[in-house]
Amino acid sequence: MSLEVTITHITGDFELDVSFRTGSGVTAIFGPSGSGKSSITNAISGLINPLSGRIMLNETVLYDATSGLNSAPHKRRIGYVFQDGRLFPHLSVEGNIRFGLRFAKVGGNLDEVVQMLGLEPLLSRRPNTLSGGEKQRVALARALLSQPRLLLMDEPLAALDEPRKDEILPYLERLRDRAKIPIVYVSHSVAEVARLADDLIVLQGGKIVMSGPTEDVLSDPAAMPFVGVREAGSILRAKVLEHGSDGLCRLQISGGELVLPGVVTGVGKTIRIRILAQDILLSLEHPIGLSSRNILPVQVTAIKLGDGPGAAVSLRCGSDRLLARVTAQAAEELGIKPGLDCFAILKATAVPRGNIGEKLSEN
Amino acid sequence: MILRPEEWAALALSLKVSFWAVVLSLPLALLVAWLLARRQFWGKSLLNALVFLPLILPPVVTGYILLLMFGRAGIFGEFLARFGIVLAFRWTGAALAAAIMGFPLMVRAIRLAIEAADPKLEAAAATLGAGPAARFIFVTLPLIAPGILAGAVLGFAKAMGEFGATITFVANIPGQTQTLPSAIYAFLQVPGGEASALRLVGLSLFVALGAVLISEWLARRVAERIGQR
Repeated sequence: MSLEVTITHITGDFELDVSFRTGSGVTAIFGPSGSGKSSITNAISGLINPLSGRIMLNETVLYDATSGLNSAPHKRRIGYVFQDGRLFPHLSVEGNIRFGLRFAKVGGNLDEVVQMLGLEPLLSRRPNTLSGGEKQRVALARALLSQPRLLLMDEPLAALDEPRKDEILPYLERLRDRAKIPIVYVSHSVAEVARLADDLIVLQGGKIVMSGPTEDVLSDPAAMPFVGVREAGSILRAKVLEHGSDGLCRLQISGGELVLPGVVTGVGKTIRIRILAQDILLSLEHPIGLSSRNILPVQVTAIKLGDGPGAAVSLRCGSDRLLARVTAQAAEELGIKPGLDCFAILKATAVPRGNIGEKLSEN
Repeated sequence: MILRPEEWAALALSLKVSFWAVVLSLPLALLVAWLLARRQFWGKSLLNALVFLPLILPPVVTGYILLLMFGRAGIFGEFLARFGIVLAFRWTGAALAAAIMGFPLMVRAIRLAIEAADPKLEAAAATLGAGPAARFIFVTLPLIAPGILAGAVLGFAKAMGEFGATITFVANIPGQTQTLPSAIYAFLQVPGGEASALRLVGLSLFVALGAVLISEWLARRVAERIGQR
């Protein structure tokens, strides 16, 4: 499974010029609004024709400006979940999700998709009676049942409020781990990207500024200007060791153990945790008499001074990477430089439940 | 209300003429409305003007042009006569006149509905594998159904009331081309015809009111069905 995109496109005075390749799993295209994210997904689905370039899916050419080859959207078999849902108002929920079935060559498993997305109680309802979160689940089921070779999701959660996002994110995680189709996920939310994406493409002003595995990109100090200092952070994979009676959970990570509240996943399972750079403190000595239970031995791998008073410090912790944000003044006084061994301190309650995601399968 | 045979004949003829005028021109109105709403092509303004011409021209002029073109000596009339189709001074001609006079109203109502139908829904259908024809049948058509219905009702109402073009093109032959308005006009021309004319006026009011009520009810049902209310 591979998608290869090399396109340029001009709308008004905005210029898009990107080239990337994605594999299986979830590839997120991250960037602020107006950075060209939707233009990319629209070009992949064939809803717009790029000015020049080439789009290939699994060795099949979908679009090639040079040879003039341009496969029609309905022949591309690329599912699309739109930000605004775009459910058909004249059809019931069931009519909506069955829509693509009549055009698909192989029949999709309706019951399985309905069950996975929890749609049984909604089947006879009309789209205009659904909540925002329910609409997006229906749109997702509809796209999945059209038997796509690739699934595009353009800001599927952007129109939802926080509780609705938390309600739908577990469904997306389940989809990522069970559906065997690659997903291109467009978002301007670091939290969503951190929770869902295997690979990350950072887009800025129509150009790709960073790309790579999500963990690597987000823990790179260079990503801080793009994701924002408050949102910057790293992703760790952790194994659930034990649920304490006090609501705290013991987790195994490559560089040690963590104790966090709010974990609901069962013992033995792997979860993804996003730790914000601003929630990490650095100490040269192993601290004593400190309330935090999460003290990890780390090594500084890079430091990047920003324009403001802050500095981003990249840390190695076992085989994982952590990102910490300290003041430039503190960094100088502590003598923080690449190669330095020190300790990272994380307050147990600093990780909100929304930053803990399930990861059912290992890849 | 007891009607005399010639009054019944006028009512029946009007209903028949209006029915066929609407049924036969609706597909063409749909096509033209779709072209005007969704397509850019050379001569679009000209087509638009041509469609709306009958609304602006005096009906007598439209009727006379029809007579020139579809009369026995007219270019179309002569051609159609070879296949045994004669329009001038026949009820079929009345249906043609009614269709042409109602055409702009139908096109306008349907065009507005097509312009209001969100093309993003068609794009969504395309990503689900629906080709152009399937998109039109399964998405666009159901969404614009209320507009089509409104257009048909307007076209029917216009056909029921059409007078000027009809009388010019197919004259006023009782039982053949004498529609309700033509009959009312004819009764008013002869002494002692007022009573008949008045009965037909009452009948026209009744038919018009009934058509409006039925179309309102249908429109509500369709709107509910497509989830717009």
